Amino acid sequence: MHEVSLVESMVALVEDERRRHVFSRVRTIGVQLGALGHVEPEALRFCFDAVTRGTIADGAQLRIETIPGQGRCSACQRIVALHDRFATCPACGHADVRITAGDELRLAELEVE
Amino acid sequence: MCTVCGCSTATIAHSADVVPHTHDHDHDHDHDHDAETIDFGKGAAGVDVAGLSQGRTIRIERDILSKNAAFADANRARLRAKHIFALNFVSSPGSGKTSLLVRTINDMKARCSIAVIEGDQQTSRDAERIRATGAPAVQVNTGKGCHLDAHMIGHALDRLSLEPDSLLFIENVGNLVCPAAFDLGEAHKVVVLSVTEGEDKPLKYPDMFAAADLMLLNKADLLPHLDFDMQACLTAALRVNPNIEIMIVSARTGEGLAAFYAWIDARVGG
Repeated sequence: MHEVSLVESMVALVEDERRRHVFSRVRTIGVQLGALGHVEPEALRFCFDAVTRGTIADGAQLRIETIPGQGRCSACQRIVALHDRFATCPACGHADVRITAGDELRLAELEVE
Repeated sequence: MCTVCGCSTATIAHSADVVPHTHDHDHDHDHDHDAETIDFGKGAAGVDVAGLSQGRTIRIERDILSKNAAFADANRARLRAKHIFALNFVSSPGSGKTSLLVRTINDMKARCSIAVIEGDQQTSRDAERIRATGAPAVQVNTGKGCHLDAHMIGHALDRLSLEPDSLLFIENVGNLVCPAAFDLGEAHKVVVLSVTEGEDKPLKYPDMFAAADLMLLNKADLLPHLDFDMQACLTAALRVNPNIEIMIVSARTGEGLAAFYAWIDARVGG
């Protein structure tokens, strides 16, 4: 999907941080992506350097942490591991499993200097 | 493929890049760190040399779409203040969104005021089709962008003089992937799927069907000419989103649209 927009949003959040903290360079941008989310990590990497060029994040490394999918089954109430968004409950087979983790799209931390 | 965002980079295998996750950091929530973590900081330029830098870490924990979410909340508050009910129509190109909106406006305009925000990469053709019904329309051209975002909608709202207690239809860029993630401040996303597209679309593009509250299955007048497996389509949509409501309609003949208008009426009052 629209990974260019996401990197632009990340740069805007980094600019916000620069108003709160003093730094001249961003060494690493750490993001958390849910495994069930809508962002393709490879596509994010693909456009990261091009979009950050000339911004406060120019030259930064992108570090992606993938958050595994997890859900709660509305039938048996178990917390189960999910490998896709619309999987049935691996414990009882019920189809309505609400995602409790794995949908993240979060800027987690910056390493700056 | 979308040249801006690489939308359909399709079959990229992730698993080969997965490495064990070894560093420690504090979290206020629990998740399994061992399963799959891709470390993109391992390249030559990412090497840290102890003692040579003054680097430090800033914890942020902000949703990457938080700026869009703030614009969406502002749009929603603005709409709520005038009791305007907004729907965000999403689909692949060619599902009949604009025809559906034209039909809906013509059928409903006697009893309520309707305005439209049209999103396309280029041209104002769709807005012109809407204006031919008498409804005001603003065209947003996204250029190379593959979706509308809440900031664009805020500007479009500036251009429309919306009447209190009216309806606002937002027709998103024809794209069954990217618009799923962007809240525009609407009350509901309505996904339009046409019977000429294939019954497995909900499984192939699950994010959009998961994000929508209502699915309009359009071009039902063509069903006698197609080998469309209706039950398979409904099963696929409900598998991706057990709570989605589904209506089988035809913008051409008007079949099924009374139920859609009743669905709108029930929510406008609420």
